[in-house]
Amino acid sequence: MSVTVRIPTILRTYTGGKAEVSAEGATLSEVIQSLEADHTGVAARVLDDSGKLRRFVNVYVNDDDVRFEQGLQTPTPAGSAVSVIPAVAGG
Amino acid sequence: MAVQSVEPSTTSVDLGPAAALSCRECGERFPLSPIFACALCFGPLEIAYELPAGDPEALRRRIEAGPANIWRYAPLLPVPADVADKPGLNPGFTKLVKADNLARELGVTGGLYVKDDSGNPTHSFKDRVVAIAVEAARAFGFTTLSCSSTGNLAGAVGAAAARAGFRSCVFIPHDLEAGKVVMAAVYGGDLVGIEGTYDDVNRFCSELIGDPLGEGWGFVNVNLRPYYGEGSKTLAYEICEQLGWRLPDQIVVPIASGSQLTKIDKGLKELVALGLVEDRPYRIFGAQAEGCSPVSRAFKDGHDVVRPVKPDTIAKSLAIGNPADGPYVLDIARRTGGAVEDVTDEQIVDAIRLLARTEGIFAETAGGVTVGVTKKLIEDGVLDPSLTTVVLNTGDGLKTLDAVAAGPTATIRPSLEAFRAAGLAAG
Repeated sequence: MSVTVRIPTILRTYTGGKAEVSAEGATLSEVIQSLEADHTGVAARVLDDSGKLRRFVNVYVNDDDVRFEQGLQTPTPAGSAVSVIPAVAGG
Repeated sequence: MAVQSVEPSTTSVDLGPAAALSCRECGERFPLSPIFACALCFGPLEIAYELPAGDPEALRRRIEAGPANIWRYAPLLPVPADVADKPGLNPGFTKLVKADNLARELGVTGGLYVKDDSGNPTHSFKDRVVAIAVEAARAFGFTTLSCSSTGNLAGAVGAAAARAGFRSCVFIPHDLEAGKVVMAAVYGGDLVGIEGTYDDVNRFCSELIGDPLGEGWGFVNVNLRPYYGEGSKTLAYEICEQLGWRLPDQIVVPIASGSQLTKIDKGLKELVALGLVEDRPYRIFGAQAEGCSPVSRAFKDGHDVVRPVKPDTIAKSLAIGNPADGPYVLDIARRTGGAVEDVTDEQIVDAIRLLARTEGIFAETAGGVTVGVTKKLIEDGVLDPSLTTVVLNTGDGLKTLDAVAAGPTATIRPSLEAFRAAGLAAG
């Protein structure tokens, strides 16, 4: 199932400068694996050594923060918009 | 919204003692530039300094001879040495009020102080952080200032942009208090209401910054955040200087993103390292509203990570459900022997009234949170009433009038007879 993934500036070195790329997968975990296959290195930036989302990465699937959903197991239906955002802000 | 074509500059940046950006998680260093997240681990970047070495007495005299605003601490901040000569709002050096009446009411015997940051130019502590971000924006060649805001920051950015000669375009949740909306709009910049919570606004701005639509914009709390955050250190500097160059024993700080609390800790540690204050223990307490208390919940549950929540509280300036610096707040509260506590909206309003009634200080809801949490921590035996305690009030009650239903004691005809009948006469 194809989804679009919005790539933050600091990861665009892995996507040839592209701000948005396509990926495949029925869950966020599978989408990240798909991203890694096409853009080697991305997964290690987004996931920590134990394979969990890094604590300063926020990921949204269709406007929903995956931490409110099922984390890496959050479903990503065809046509979903996935957004990866550094969790640094406030005020 | 116009698209700016300014390419930010990263060369020949003069930001005083700031030497580099350093990742708080993995320690990786980066040149001073308008970036905010580590390219390796997404961790937050903060300023690494080459702070002045030498005689603490000489540095203390130099500070004391400086202007009565945050620029007296310019040698400790990421700003050029001539910062005080540039057009700006020059915030800071607000009153540290010895709150003896409140102390009596709460049973504090060791000295209770309110650091009243409602005295800043736009009536909140945000003027401090924005002032530092403005200098970074100048250094990097930005011409538009922006931010995601729960209200106070939008006003502070609008005002600072007007004085310093920037265009501004700021973003807020669409349902903020009227006082904050007016204060954000009056300075002539663009104000955009976003249909959603602060966390939605924040996410929107984080995406905008990576898009050509936001290119060349200095988002004070996003791509200028490493610089911006340092402004909160000045609260620590001022409190210690105003206590006679002494660390407070206990300090109660509101938590929204958690940045302010972490930077106050950083500021206190710097003063110790520079020999400006005696090295002795201090305890830092964090204060949240029950309706948005992810850090308090994590502290009480013994967790190291903060689970985001959907905010629902009258303390809108603290209504950040996904506080980026939450894990660091937990570390600091535990390291210093402090705590993180929360109070209900009703307790917030009671605390606003308590502070107003005892000290003549009208706090915004965030100030109600810190005073309310202070009261609760004393009652619970967590905060030691025999020690010197400083409570932060970070904003002006005029911005959150709706939170406090106050009105006339009586409305009467203009006659002595009517006044007598109202039962309010002397004696």
